[in-house]
Amino acid sequence: MNLKQTGPWIEHSGPDADVVVSSRARLARNLTGLPFVNQASDTQRREILQLVRSLPFASERGEGLVWIDLQQSTSEDRRLLFERHLVSRQFIESVSPRAVAIADDEQLSVMVNEEDHLRMQVLLPGLELEEAWRRAVEFDRRLEKHADIAVHPRWGYLTACPTNVGTAIRFSVMLHLPGLRLTNELERLRRASNDLDLAVRGFYGEGSDSSGDFYQVSNQLTLGVSETDLLATFVGEVVPRIVAYERMARDILVERSATLLEDRVHRALGTLRSARLLGIEESMKHLSRVRLGIALGLLPDVPLGTVQRLFLEVQPAHLRRIRPDSIDDTALEPVGEDRMLDDERTRRRRAALVRHELGG
Amino acid sequence: MNTKCDKCDQPAEVHEIDVEAGRDVHLCREHAVEAGFQVPQSAPVTELLTQFATMPPPGEKPTPRRAERPTACEHCGATFARFRKTGLLGCPDCYESFARQLEAVIARSQNGANAHVGRVPDRSSDLVDLQALRRSLIEELDRAVASEQYERAADLRDRLNTLTADEARG
Ligand SMILES: [Zn+2]
Ligand SMILES: [Zn+2]
Repeated sequence: MNLKQTGPWIEHSGPDADVVVSSRARLARNLTGLPFVNQASDTQRREILQLVRSLPFASERGEGLVWIDLQQSTSEDRRLLFERHLVSRQFIESVSPRAVAIADDEQLSVMVNEEDHLRMQVLLPGLELEEAWRRAVEFDRRLEKHADIAVHPRWGYLTACPTNVGTAIRFSVMLHLPGLRLTNELERLRRASNDLDLAVRGFYGEGSDSSGDFYQVSNQLTLGVSETDLLATFVGEVVPRIVAYERMARDILVERSATLLEDRVHRALGTLRSARLLGIEESMKHLSRVRLGIALGLLPDVPLGTVQRLFLEVQPAHLRRIRPDSIDDTALEPVGEDRMLDDERTRRRRAALVRHELGG
Repeated sequence: MNTKCDKCDQPAEVHEIDVEAGRDVHLCREHAVEAGFQVPQSAPVTELLTQFATMPPPGEKPTPRRAERPTACEHCGATFARFRKTGLLGCPDCYESFARQLEAVIARSQNGANAHVGRVPDRSSDLVDLQALRRSLIEELDRAVASEQYERAADLRDRLNTLTADEARG
């Protein structure tokens, strides 16, 4: 599989990068005349793959899309796609005919035969939801020119699960919220989000859900609100408010317990720079503190991009792809899809990688 | 509490604090809309009745009357019982086959919304939208150049070119 070592944009940081890691717009679309994926036979599912693959939409920005057949890829490659946020967990765990098409810059990808025939996403660094939406629509228009998409005069875009019907869009932002967690404000954020029909999830690859203090906020409603209204609420109100809330929590931490905070940040960096064995959970925890330290200006010599990349590279499939010679020469066991090996050799390699990258 | 509208005799529905004037404002629906306040839409009575009708009375087990309803979608064979179990419909036509049951299901999961608002595939509107897209791309390009984001500018220029090629092809 010709995926690069890490995503080409992972080290870029977009607007409001101190809090907002990435922005995503995801659209669900289904073709007419065929059953939804859950009711389709394997033959029909292959037919859907053929049909989608033959569409000339691959000309997005003049570049081709890389087509990856999940049935023909290794479990490690599938896991890599998942860690890279290009496919869902459900998608790598399924066994039926399915594929993902990925743009060269990895910012646009299309899952074929997930819950819906097509699920396309645009994923950009920082707070760039408007741009993500515009690129998604641009792509959607290409799709609609060449394929008949299932729409209903009353219900809008039809989806396998009626909770996605209507615009069939999910906007989401991935946020780094260590300040709110350390000040015990997360529960309040959750409740407030719930009132606004938003979902908040702990989010990042492996490990306990929020071990890196990453949270994904997304819309719950897809019916009765236009994409532009939803976007305006997200970009104009919801995200700026959460960002301001997180920054306020960080200010309070600095104000009330500067030394304690500095101690935690520097201890985290110290551990990452000197540990000989690193588990996934503790890597995420310490990387999160270092990320916070960078945002607060406490660690001027540690680049945010490097830390951002490490969040990805310490994940099991990525760790196994690291140029082994530059880190160590131990061969690692193949990685399972839903099970994560975190044996001593894995932890040793992770520690070696992190030391190497952070100049330990 | 039956506060009257500041501007007429209708009962006030919107109660806000006018920060600049430092006093309370009470307005009826019409005058609130006129003054630019967001007025929450109350659900139409008929819609509420539909929801009420499909909800089992509290404390009673829902009595299935499946015999009266289509048991399977004639296009894909999926049943509504299967939907209840998996949460997934079998095909686009299921939305017609189970229209009555789905109405309540959708309203519940979508905060009472009962119709789509937003984009639809409409080839005839493509040209108009492309022009709007072009305008916003040009504006963004100007901003990128002004702020010396040359990589981004080059990227935007590429997309403008692609767009032009598209329009030429029709
Ligand atoms: Zn009035
Ligand atoms: Zn059906």
